[in-house]
Amino acid sequence: MSKNNIIIYGLILVFGIGAPFLFPAYKLQISILWILTILALTWDIQGGQMGYNSFGNILFFGIGMYVCSSVQIGMFFPLSEWTASGGEKTFLHTTSQYFEGFTYGLILAGIIPAIVAALIGYGILGLRGHYFAICTLGIGIAAGEIAGGIELIGAGQGMTVPPWPKGIGGTELRSQFFYYLCFLTVSITFLVIKWIYQTRFGLVLNAIRDNEDKAEAMGIHTMRYKIIGWVVSAFFLGIAGGLMGNMIGYIEPTEIAFAGSTYGVFMVLMAILGGKGTLWGPVIGAAVFHIFKEGFWTFFLGWQYVALGALIIVIVIFFPEGIMGWLREKYPHRFGEVVDEADRTAQVELT
Amino acid sequence: MDFLIFKAPILMVQASMDGILLGLLFALIAYGMALQWGVMNIINIAQGELVIMGGYIAYFMYTAGIHPAFGIIVSPIIMYFVGWFLYKSIINRVVERDLFISILATFGISILTQQLMNFVFGADVVVAQSNFGTTLLFDDSVTLPNAKIFSALVSIVFAVALVLYMKKSRLGRAIRATSQNPRAAKILGVDTEKVYAATFGINAALCGVAGSLIAITFTLHPYVGLPYTVRSFMIVIIAGLGNLPAVALSGVGLGVFEEFADYILGTEFRIAAVFLLLVVILVYRRFKLSKKREYLK
Amino acid sequence: MGIILEVDQVYKHFGGVKANENVSLTVEEGSIVGLIGPNGSGKTTLFNSIVGTHPIDQGSIYFEGREISALPVPAIAKLGLLRTFQQTRIYEKLNCIQNMLVSSKPENDTVYNVFAKIPEELTEKSENLLKFVGLYQKRNLRAGDLSFGQQKLLELAMALMNEPKMLLLDEPTAGINPTLINGIIDRLIKVNKEFGITLLVIEHNMRVIMSLAQKMFCLAHGQLLAEGTPEEIKNDHRVIDAYLGVQ
Repeated sequence: MSKNNIIIYGLILVFGIGAPFLFPAYKLQISILWILTILALTWDIQGGQMGYNSFGNILFFGIGMYVCSSVQIGMFFPLSEWTASGGEKTFLHTTSQYFEGFTYGLILAGIIPAIVAALIGYGILGLRGHYFAICTLGIGIAAGEIAGGIELIGAGQGMTVPPWPKGIGGTELRSQFFYYLCFLTVSITFLVIKWIYQTRFGLVLNAIRDNEDKAEAMGIHTMRYKIIGWVVSAFFLGIAGGLMGNMIGYIEPTEIAFAGSTYGVFMVLMAILGGKGTLWGPVIGAAVFHIFKEGFWTFFLGWQYVALGALIIVIVIFFPEGIMGWLREKYPHRFGEVVDEADRTAQVELT
Repeated sequence: MDFLIFKAPILMVQASMDGILLGLLFALIAYGMALQWGVMNIINIAQGELVIMGGYIAYFMYTAGIHPAFGIIVSPIIMYFVGWFLYKSIINRVVERDLFISILATFGISILTQQLMNFVFGADVVVAQSNFGTTLLFDDSVTLPNAKIFSALVSIVFAVALVLYMKKSRLGRAIRATSQNPRAAKILGVDTEKVYAATFGINAALCGVAGSLIAITFTLHPYVGLPYTVRSFMIVIIAGLGNLPAVALSGVGLGVFEEFADYILGTEFRIAAVFLLLVVILVYRRFKLSKKREYLK
Repeated sequence: MGIILEVDQVYKHFGGVKANENVSLTVEEGSIVGLIGPNGSGKTTLFNSIVGTHPIDQGSIYFEGREISALPVPAIAKLGLLRTFQQTRIYEKLNCIQNMLVSSKPENDTVYNVFAKIPEELTEKSENLLKFVGLYQKRNLRAGDLSFGQQKLLELAMALMNEPKMLLLDEPTAGINPTLINGIIDRLIKVNKEFGITLLVIEHNMRVIMSLAQKMFCLAHGQLLAEGTPEEIKNDHRVIDAYLGVQ
């Protein structure tokens, strides 16, 4: 690891750990930033590295959210009565029940979306280009509509998530707890993805992006790689969903869980803004986007979504390579891209 | 759920009739999408928003005291210019780029227009009353609002008119030439920029007609555009680009499917059924093609 | 030497077009075989049929005695039967070294292997092969920035990286600087002799194919027109007629 890298990772670690004390007022906002970073990072496995532009990764986020809270509740109370009664009014988790449920919930929130990804992957990832994009868009929206029709999980009204147990510290401890859990999750996600990109797997993803037919002709079972990639995305997205549901404390099908028009679009936009197909792009994109969103959102007073629409258009038209792409063009040597003119213009000789 | 449907064939007749009339309207929107997809190779996610916008024009006329049925004349004219403006301001910058860029850009347009419509017309569900009355069939057991029959007929008229226009007119021929081979058309002196702008405009105008028909037959709401986009996308991938009878047939098929889904599963699952059908169709086609070791691209 | 590839009465139609009609040919292990024929005679279609790009209508194809016509593309490639493309196919956003690394053949696709670090010696092997095709200086350039001819050489190197038993080359010298052609012939002979790879080569440049091949097949209108040694083919009037367009 180079000196620069140590400084960068060190700074992020210090910020990540110290943020709740340095910026206590923004604790929730920074927690959400970590969630957004997970969304962008995992989207980029498909959209950036593999060239499969998914509009449906929100599916796994939503499934994770519902699975997590359903497990949290269902382990101790009848789920249908909980949702029918509006949750905590009738039932209350003890401290140990809360954490036990939450642990199992979070684990399953990762595993079940990963299984779903594996099951639907073979069918869906066989589509290419815009057919894949539109198909995944359909899946994301269908999931929200279906969840909105299932009474057990509260249908369109949604369901509440078990509240923070009364016995231990108040809201302060709660937000601290979720903050560090988010930071831990995003750190693990980042490291896993970083490691993946350094292996043969990462190279194969890029090969699929550049020329899938060639990859197959070279003996690579591309479907296997595509599915594994999707499973990895789904796993971390699911956990992010479980965390998000618990932080908000309330789950609703189309606006929060399967929120295609907000988080579903944000993840694409953040990855593109930062520079898709790069490791750091989604991280930078998420930070810039979140700061922009939170900083300027209030100025727009109800015009936020108009601004969002305009932002999407401006970014894709004028900035499709994103911040990392722009930096790469400007400082190619920093990205290990040799621009040695002698090499570029050299004639091939075969003697 | 509602097993009544199997006992009462008359309900099936009702659903089928509703579906057919609705499907023709879908086919009109899909035809616009096919035209523009074929010519510009762009999938317009904002197609549904253009429809809803067209509908709000008719609704606006209705609130101003004009009969909303005149929307089918006014709305396409206004929408043509909206489409033309969208092309000149945004679409022309993404038309040559990779498909994902254009999908995302039109997605941006879709969000933008939804919000603008929300500001102008509010978030309430609105209807423009046509007072066309209803037709009763089979001893009054099947009820068909005349507005639906009117909308189906108007859809047919506009679709046929467009086909004739594409065949006979100079611009129509230029559009068809561009869709077959843009480079050759350009070399032979077709102003492709103008053709693209006109195509996008014509597509928007068709959406305008469809929208004003929706305003009198169904309901309008700023956020219900996307299902129309998905419906037309589905129809186009089944029927192919530019084959009008096939488009009409798939439109009708989709309409009937939706009405049945509505009766059998319940209205709350109607939209879910539409989106799931999209997924099923795509995956089915994918498996069918993979037998030939090909793929949808 | 046994027979490594046997194409037995293969038919492939596209709609009404008979791209391959009752084509049979055999390739001996360790040999270099040429496949010639006028444009549109079905040479590339035959390649596609062999490596499984599309299913064949009739007939069978055996690789090392094993029927492969029902196998998918990657499975056939894994058996050690690779092809290069007439229009080059490379991973344009990856640099040449990465193109080579991803082309190496892992022992097997277990999850452990997939997520393993790329071993150092592979980089060294890539560099050696790039030297072999004269692209060493370009190793850090993006493959998409190479010229067409250079991409062809890269594609050859990528195929060698995979260590196939047999290689189907689709016009290996098309688009390549004429001064390099002798070098390529020399390399291909080395590939055959030293690496022990059987070659089936589509080529339009008669000088190249005559100096490479020990045996040749000529296709015309999707059918096998003639086979024999280069000398026999050169003097076969049916072949000459086919090239000159005499029916």
